[in-house]
Amino acid sequence: MTSPTIATAPKGGETQWPLWEVFTQEEAGAPHQHAGSVHAADAELALQNARDVYARRNEAISIWVVPSVTIIASTPEDVGPFFDPANDKAYRHPQFFKTPRGVRVF
Amino acid sequence: MDEQTSRDFFEYLLRLGDDRLILGHRVSEWCGHGPILEEDIALSNIALDLLGQANLLLQLAGQVEGQGRDQDALAYFREATQFRNAILCETPNGDFGDTIVRQFLYSVYALLVLDQLQRCRHEALAGIAAKAYKEARYHVRHSGEWLIKLGDGTEESHRRVQAALDKAWSYTGELFVGDDIERRLAAQGLAVDPASVREGWLAQVKDVVAIATLTLPADGYMQRGGRTGRHTEHLGHLLAEMQIVARSFPGASW
Repeated sequence: MTSPTIATAPKGGETQWPLWEVFTQEEAGAPHQHAGSVHAADAELALQNARDVYARRNEAISIWVVPSVTIIASTPEDVGPFFDPANDKAYRHPQFFKTPRGVRVF
Repeated sequence: MDEQTSRDFFEYLLRLGDDRLILGHRVSEWCGHGPILEEDIALSNIALDLLGQANLLLQLAGQVEGQGRDQDALAYFREATQFRNAILCETPNGDFGDTIVRQFLYSVYALLVLDQLQRCRHEALAGIAAKAYKEARYHVRHSGEWLIKLGDGTEESHRRVQAALDKAWSYTGELFVGDDIERRLAAQGLAVDPASVREGWLAQVKDVVAIATLTLPADGYMQRGGRTGRHTEHLGHLLAEMQIVARSFPGASW
């Protein structure tokens, strides 16, 4: 059967539903991390699809879904000025400290 | 358990288990044919949930029967007339709307039965019911969401899902027909009398159907027979496919 067309489906010959980015939290206190993406007609179904695809084996206790179109991303052209690590500015790198014993180093 | 109760209980477990085995098999037929990848995964998940429940219920049924039949023997080596599932569960998948309607109507029913069954006096059955209850909640949520989407969607999706609802309606009556077996067991706290969940089921279905801008079908003639082994021709075809491997290689294990 063909994909069901629904009211929220994108217009203009698009046959795909909107794309959503999925973020999952593995345990309480842990950050939500990007797990992947799903297509879905709306937020509730995006959440359900994300659960079915990314949280079936206890990988998550919480899920966020975000419409992919709302994500503002840097562009490859930004690589130079935007991310210039300023390695010549030694004072930006906290490497002059002795870590006391007993402190976990990440 | 006295002999009568044990016979009743075996029969009751078959009804619970067969519903899920047959509906689970039907839903699994969507695997690889879903309307979109994500929904294919969702339907396969629901099918797996149902088959997992059937596995536990039929295993318990075999133990209660005490004739050395395990869940595989019960699933693969019974004839259509020995199956106790409601006819709704064996109806063909039809289109996506038919499948969603069937899933929603059954899942709401299952949820209400399992809710009570979690507190039944048989510890093993209560445990299975508690696990299945969580899964059924999701099945209701997913199929209900889709029912609303399709009903309150385009003209075509509305028309098709309304037709699916009208078609499925005559199979719902059977779900709530309790008989002496269920009543005897319910009196001992070993079963849920299905008649007791009808009102709650109707209220929930009405709510979602209204949100979906669909019309609730009128109660007309209701099909029945599945609980006593009188099935539609569809079950025979389903079993032929489901049982062929086990019957071609009896006793095989992997």
